[in-house]
Order: sequence, then structure tokens, then C-alpha cells
Amino acid sequence: MAERLPAMRRIANPSTRPGMVVLFVVMALGALAMLFPFIWTVVTSITPGAGLSFAPSLIVEDPSLEAYRTLFTERPFARIIGNSLLLATITTAIQLFTSATAAYAFSRLAFRGRTVVFAVYLSTMMIPLQVLIVPLFAQLKAFGLVNTYLGALLPTFASAFGIFLLREAVNQVPRELDEAATLDGAGHLRIFWTVILPNIRPALATLTVFAFMGSWNSFLWPLVVLRAPEMQTLPVALAGLQGQYTTAWDVVMAGSVVSILPMLAIYLFAQRYIVQGVASSGIK
Amino acid sequence: MSGIAVGGRPTRIRSTAAAPRPAARRRARRDAIAAALFLLPSALPIVMFVLVPMLSAAWISLTSWNLISPATFVGFENYATLLTDPRTGEVFLHTLAYIVGYLPLVYVGGLAIALALNSALAGRTLLRGIYFLPVVTSWIAVALVWRWLLNPSNGVVNAALAAVGIAGPGWWTDPAWAMPSVIIASVWKDLGFVMVILLAGLQAIPSDLYDAARVDGAGWWQRLRHVTMPMLSPSTFFVVVISLINGFQVFDQVYAMTGGGPNGASTVVVQQIYDLTFRYGAAGEASALSWMLFIVILAVTVIQIRGQRRWVNYG
Repeated sequence: MAERLPAMRRIANPSTRPGMVVLFVVMALGALAMLFPFIWTVVTSITPGAGLSFAPSLIVEDPSLEAYRTLFTERPFARIIGNSLLLATITTAIQLFTSATAAYAFSRLAFRGRTVVFAVYLSTMMIPLQVLIVPLFAQLKAFGLVNTYLGALLPTFASAFGIFLLREAVNQVPRELDEAATLDGAGHLRIFWTVILPNIRPALATLTVFAFMGSWNSFLWPLVVLRAPEMQTLPVALAGLQGQYTTAWDVVMAGSVVSILPMLAIYLFAQRYIVQGVASSGIK
Repeated sequence: MSGIAVGGRPTRIRSTAAAPRPAARRRARRDAIAAALFLLPSALPIVMFVLVPMLSAAWISLTSWNLISPATFVGFENYATLLTDPRTGEVFLHTLAYIVGYLPLVYVGGLAIALALNSALAGRTLLRGIYFLPVVTSWIAVALVWRWLLNPSNGVVNAALAAVGIAGPGWWTDPAWAMPSVIIASVWKDLGFVMVILLAGLQAIPSDLYDAARVDGAGWWQRLRHVTMPMLSPSTFFVVVISLINGFQVFDQVYAMTGGGPNGASTVVVQQIYDLTFRYGAAGEASALSWMLFIVILAVTVIQIRGQRRWVNYG
């Protein structure tokens, strides 16, 4: 972040002004192209009878919220939103806990085999979830956890990415703070709670966004484990809508809008933590 | 990137190996117990829901099993079946086609956006937000709207092409255009992710390097080639490694946009694993294919980590 100011001065050279105007126009047009699918989603969702016979138009002559009513009356969408919220909230809370405790151990505690354990943790990032789908499904089926929230949640409890992110953050907390606390008679638990956690808040915020986003948008595992319609999460229900309302695109797009809005709200709230979080993770 | 090189700042180990004083030894033991307790919450799920399933997948891959009746041991038969089935080569080729189409586009596009938005452009915070927006959206929602935009009969893209006198292709309904459709949507969705990683990298480049290059008379292109790109190589490396790991696992967008069709033209490896398991009840074969995929990903990643010394500059 500190490098930003000189970088700005460097490039805001008056001689390149016309170039900057052109660049701005190009980037703004690009941004419009990025936004267009979202605009299109919203427009389609309020166009009654949008479907195969519907000629694409950005101007809706007779806008209606009928598609949204269909979602909540003909389909259990209120329950489905609740499912997604519940799973994402629990996953996020637990990942914060498991990642922060592991990060503390890897950063602050000397123990034999630390490098090996950390390497094993990191290598789990490389294992495709799909490799695990069959045995996981069998495992949870044996426990009677298919079609339960717990079954959907269990495999999401630890995140190699989260542990990596928080370990980098804990590494950046000055060790003098720990030592001062130790002199005051604090044990590891108290150092973790009163010294480390308050000092890694930005990283915790970044992980909150990524964990929530990961759960909110995850598709394959919920698709496999939550088979009953009333247990489904938003992405799975959305994929199902497309099959059910093949020609009613307004309903399908209304479902998309409903699935995007909560994530959008969280994103706007936490936007500044994302670049900062990536920058502080040591990925440079 | 220290993440893959497993590095980081070492903890000071306070006890001296030569003459461990009782107090130091006591502290070391207390640290080890604390470490066990602090690791327990993450180790439990990682062992139970990653490592154990990983091993059972290896076992399942040696059996014939339809998820319902008991599995029977068949040795390496599933692997032999897969290796002789032309379908296996096809699904790996489709996956490779996806990566080859996707990676250069998303990297060059993400780099261009990052360079532009790292300059003193008006409204760049808002622009960064807009370019990142697709990243937070679920693949299913993205796939649905792209299916609609790329609808051959009345989609917006073909309507726009028709307006300038071009007859648009059949997109996801045409075997030749199904994969390009998936690639277009994927690039659109992931540009913002690549942008953020590269922006973080660009911001870490010291500005005196540019000043020195300017003094030497280096123009824009030379500065990009000889200063920006080498300094950005760790970020580039990260993007390439992550994109390849994710690229080999591509599934959600294929499932939602083409379902692997038409006629299997866009079936990727993971789609095939899914179909084998849940459509054909061939869990043994699916597990064998999963392990083959894992080994490919591992090999590709290890090769990249080995090769990084040649082009990645950790200055």
C-alpha cells in the first residue's frame, strides 16, 4: 500500500493526459461489458414471459415482479435462502476458529514435525474435491448424514487456504507483544486471544469474505449430499430451476438475482479487505 | 510465493540443544502440548474428511462398486478399463482444450486490467469493484445468464452479431462451439481474480526501479518487459499454478452451461467422474479416474515448482 503514492505520481505525468482519457474510456467500456450480464439478469427477471419467443430488449415495457412471486410460492425459495445462509454462517465461523488456532500453532509454537505437518496441510489444496466425493458420500451415508445440514457442513470445517492466509498474518505480528504478555504471566491461550486475534483483524475479515463466498457459491458437494428439495442451497436450486422452467427465463433469472444480492451486500461491505488481504498473504 | 515453497519466518527455538536447562525443557514440553491442542480443531477435519477419504478413494478404485451392493475387489481392472477406453483420452483432451483457451486469455486480460487500474485513473476504486464483481457470483448464476446471452436463436450476442451482418454460431448447442462458450464465460468470471492478484504484485514493485529504467531511456514497452514482468513473476507464477490446479478441476460451469454436451463434446474429466458415479453407478471407475486426475495435477504442480527457479524472480 505504501508504494501506491509514488506509483500514482509516476504515471500521472501531465504529458500522458490524452492517453489517460483514452484509457479511462476503454476501461469504462470494459466495465460496462463486465456489468452487462448482471444488467441483463435483472432486466430478464422483470420481463414477464421472457422465454424462447422473447426478442431481447433492454427496455421492459411491462415490468413485473411476478417471477419473484413464483419463486417464493411455487418453490421453497425462502427455505432455500435460509439453508444457504445457515450453512455459510456456520462454515465461516468454524473456518475462522480452525484456521486461527492452526495459524497460531504454525507461527508461534515450536514442535517437532512442524514443517511436515504444514506441508501436508498445504497439499490438501491440491486435492480435487471430486477425488473425495465418492468416499465422502459413502462415509456420510454410513453415518446417516446424507440430506442433513451436518453432512453438508463437516467437510468444510478446515480450509488450507484459510490456515495459510492467517499464518502469514500471525507471522507479521511483532513477537515483542507475545514476550511482553508472557512476562505478565499470560499463557498461550491468553496470548492467542488478547494479543494475536486483535492484531490480525484485517486477515480475519478477508477470510470471512472468502469462506462465506466459498460456502454460498459451492455447488458440487451440496448437490451430492443434499438431495431433498427443501434441503437444497441456492446454487443447486438454481440449477434445478433451469430444468423446471426451461422456457420461463424470467423465473430462472429472478432466482439468480436472489442468489447474487446477499453476496453483493457482503462484498460491498468488505471490498477493501480483499486486495489488502491478498497483498498481506505474502502472494506478491 | 512462500505458500508453495513452504517457507516463512522460523520461530525462535529458545532451548539450546547442547545443554537443555530444566526450565527450557519444561517450556519446550509445554509448547508441544499447546501445539497439539491448537492443531486439534483443524487436524480432525483434515484427517477425517480429506486424508481418510483420499485413502479410501484409492481402495475404492481397486473395486467394482455401484454405491449400493457390496464392493468386489478387482485389482487394477478399473485403471486398465480407463486406459483403454478412448473416452478417457477425450475427456482429458477437452479439459486441456479448456485450459489452453482459458489461461492465456484470463492472464493477459487480467494483466491489462491490473496495469490500467494501477495507474492514476479516475474512478479506479469503483472500476476495480466492477471488474471483481463476477468473482463473488456463483458459477450457476453466471452460467445461466451466459447460456441466455449465448442463446443461438434469440440471445443478445447473436442478435448483436446479426446487426453487423454476421451469422452467429450455435454456441453451446454446437459441439464445435460448446467449449469456446464455456471458456468465454470463465474468462469473464475470473478476470477480476487475476486482476487482484496482479494488482497486489504491482503495488509491491519499488518505484525507484522505474526511475532508474527511465534514466536509462527505457520506453513504456521496455519498462513493462524488463522491469514490470520480471518483478511481477512471483504473482504470475501464483496465477498460473492456481489456474492450472483449478483448470484441471473445471466442473461447475460445464455442468451448468452444457452438461458436458452436446453429445459429450464438452465433457471434462470431473464431469465424467460425476457421470460415472451418479449416472452409471461405476464408483470404482470414478475413483480410479479421480486418482488419475490427482496424479496429473500433482505432477503438473511439482514440475512448475521445480521449474520456477528459471523464470520466477523472488528478488
